[in-house]
Amino acid sequence: MRIIGLIIVVVTGALLIYAATDFPAWSDPASPASTYLSPYYIEKTMEETSVPNIVTAVLADYRGFDTMFETTVIFSAGVVCFFLLRIPRREEPEIRYYRHVLTGVTIQLKEGYKIPPSADFERIDAVWTPPDLIIKTGCRILIPFIQLFALYVIAHGHHSPGGGFQGGVILGASIILLAISHDLRTAVRRMSEKLIAILCAVGVSIYAGTGALCLLLKQNFLDYSALAGVLHVDPITARSHGILMVEIGVGIAVMATMIWIYNNISSAGRYRQGL
Amino acid sequence: MTDLISTVVAKYNYWIYITLMMIGLYAMIAKNNLVKKIVGMNIFQTAIILFYVSIGVKKGGTIPILEHAHGHEHHVVHAVDYINPLPHVLMLTAIVVGVATLGVALALAIRIYNNYNTLEEDEILTQVREK
Amino acid sequence: MNEQYPALLVVVPLLSALAISVAGWVNKRLCFPIAVAALGVSAWSSVGLLFRVLNEGAIVYKLGGWLPPMGIAYYIDYLNGLVLPVVSIVALLNLISSKKIVEQQFPDKAGPFYTLYVLMVTGLLGIVVTGDAFNLYVLLEIASLTGYGLLAMGEERAPLATLNYLYMGTIGACFYLLGIGYLYIVTGSLNMVDIARLLPPLYQSKAVLAAFIICMVGVWLKMAFFPLHAWLPNAYTYANSASSGLIAPLMTKVMVYVMIRLILTVFTPAFVFSTLAVSHYIVWLACIAIVIGAVLALKERNLKKMLTYIVVAEVGYMVGGAWLGNRAGLTGAVLHIVNDALMTLCVFLVVGNIVYKVKGYAFADLKGLFSKMPFTMGAFVIGALSIIGVPPTCGFFSKWYLILGAIQAHQYGFMVALLFSSLINVVLFFRVFEIGFYEPFSDHEGHEHHPAVMAEAPLTMLVPLYVVAISLILVGLYTGDIVNHIVQFVIPKGFM
Repeated sequence: MRIIGLIIVVVTGALLIYAATDFPAWSDPASPASTYLSPYYIEKTMEETSVPNIVTAVLADYRGFDTMFETTVIFSAGVVCFFLLRIPRREEPEIRYYRHVLTGVTIQLKEGYKIPPSADFERIDAVWTPPDLIIKTGCRILIPFIQLFALYVIAHGHHSPGGGFQGGVILGASIILLAISHDLRTAVRRMSEKLIAILCAVGVSIYAGTGALCLLLKQNFLDYSALAGVLHVDPITARSHGILMVEIGVGIAVMATMIWIYNNISSAGRYRQGL
Repeated sequence: MTDLISTVVAKYNYWIYITLMMIGLYAMIAKNNLVKKIVGMNIFQTAIILFYVSIGVKKGGTIPILEHAHGHEHHVVHAVDYINPLPHVLMLTAIVVGVATLGVALALAIRIYNNYNTLEEDEILTQVREK
Repeated sequence: MNEQYPALLVVVPLLSALAISVAGWVNKRLCFPIAVAALGVSAWSSVGLLFRVLNEGAIVYKLGGWLPPMGIAYYIDYLNGLVLPVVSIVALLNLISSKKIVEQQFPDKAGPFYTLYVLMVTGLLGIVVTGDAFNLYVLLEIASLTGYGLLAMGEERAPLATLNYLYMGTIGACFYLLGIGYLYIVTGSLNMVDIARLLPPLYQSKAVLAAFIICMVGVWLKMAFFPLHAWLPNAYTYANSASSGLIAPLMTKVMVYVMIRLILTVFTPAFVFSTLAVSHYIVWLACIAIVIGAVLALKERNLKKMLTYIVVAEVGYMVGGAWLGNRAGLTGAVLHIVNDALMTLCVFLVVGNIVYKVKGYAFADLKGLFSKMPFTMGAFVIGALSIIGVPPTCGFFSKWYLILGAIQAHQYGFMVALLFSSLINVVLFFRVFEIGFYEPFSDHEGHEHHPAVMAEAPLTMLVPLYVVAISLILVGLYTGDIVNHIVQFVIPKGFM
């Protein structure tokens, strides 16, 4: 297998090097890519969409259709992980372990018995290590600031590097940080599985729904100038607001999917201990 | 000879990305462990992302965000001052696609591990042949 | 509403997939009706689009209201117009048939299954209808990822087979992305028609040659063209019948469409057939693909795996036909996209019915099936006759055009491979008929002769099967109309 691998790699590499001799030199301002299409984007973005961040304008407006499908890609990855891995909780009797929080005593109950949720006893698994107090407390203080920063990144996508994807990942990371520093059950208690799955679909629906709204208002799909009537602004500002709406949709979808994928993969579908 | 050297030096970003791509491709084909193959796949996709982003660079250009754009001064925007935004947009998509593929690949690897209790490809094939 | 068909085609399934995902958590019984409604709307829009193209010619739909190449545009001409209804109708028929399979095999995951199903159809429809090269990559990844998810749910070997498919499929998609990157770096545009306009001065450039080779290798990896076909038999065999019934007919054919689109629209035939002179070798590669597919199918003792090797051979037909470089060959290839999708759907629906009742698909499980499941096996006979190439089923007509094209291009090796594979298909299918007709004798020693009890598949699985079987004959009878009104305009004038 190694020999075949080496041969394939050498042949492909030779082909690519041969082709690269024809490319424009690096950072050449006169290359076809820099002179044909991109000057239009750079020069016309402000007057057509009133969004200073050109990358966001191209991502969410000019090529917004691509971005909608990209959000669908990440949504479908979440659904695939759930579809393949999730083992539904059977109602069969199982042995449960509980730990008394104050004293640290662990108890094992017989099959079928359980303690109703209370503040004194926390449920643990057969393999369990106590989370470190410093890590727990540190993360609990940090997480709200992380989430605030994520919301800033989403909202300021128009004016600074950022946008829906970046902010969504940071939001998702905050909940995953909760899952890592405490344990998976704590994070799932905060954001239940059903809520995350529905949020994921809602996020993509906001994006596709904005486009469909433009369709219903007699323009082409994802033509945000159709929203001018609904929002009572001129068409150019309507584009800016349309971009903001879809970025929020993207942020929600990406956050929910990151948490969903992490939950399913780290616990191999069982939603018990997690990592 | 100087011609060749100047070509090599002027386009060094392309040689770097081709090397990275071939490392990733070799790992995907030749390695035995399933997770190492997934890592190779990630390297391969990252090299393509590097290639696209390096297309967009312009000498002397700054990032494609207009400053002070909402004020009352309407500057004329010169395209030559800003780098090409289009490859960045395309690669946002490619990065997300790479993450999604990584998630699906890991989910499949977990399923395989549950069935066969190993992640080495030759051991899995021996187990499959025995059945 | 008429002008918005191109958007409805893709947006309605997308929104419905999201609705199904939510319905899976709220009320599981809504999932199937929403899916059927969504694919029904898509099928209706695609047929409507076909009639619009027949009346008006090519249609351009600007997404977001931006003119191409600034924005993304949908570009629907005769080629897309023909393939779109095929994709949506095949998906709809398989969906109706899959209801019972899902209830039998994984009832608690019906919500995610239908979500992935409708998303995959969205991806496939989007690949066919788009006119932007990068948009095609994104939709290709949607179709691929949902395909991996659908195929991995099945028998014990399914996740490993799917992971191998994932590796090769990702390499293929990344190669396609790299090829598009090469085209972008030398032209600066991503729109297919725009690239074709900018390319002619660059035909001698090494970058364009490399872009073509890389794009082609990527597309061949995803369509399982020999020698890159190793992932297909395992991935399709071990999956559950509902997934294989969707993916086996459609995925490879849509990738053949992408290859033909690259040859005809992006790299025009002038470049592909005149400047490059490799079509001869690729037709030889296609001959080897057909022969290998047929021979490997012979040694299988397992109906589903045999059919997957036949799929590999059929891909060889289409690639060889497209690369013959003449009008008849390309007509045969385009016609074969339509015909092969229907034929493969027919036989995979039959396998789905058999697995549903008998719980196995090895040859040993097929004994006496003609008396136990007469309707299913009747449709199987029609599908088998079509794959062999017996008139008036559609398989005969596309083979006829391919052989005609081979003779006109003096590629006699291709013609011999086509006839050889028809003979092997006769052997393969008549072997299955023989096993199906005869009951094992040992069961009736000393007992009175019990007639076999008919245990036919339920009606929701039989009706789509018969719709497909009858359409095989109807499409065959109307081949002349299809060629004269549609396929003829796919091929640019000036093609000999």
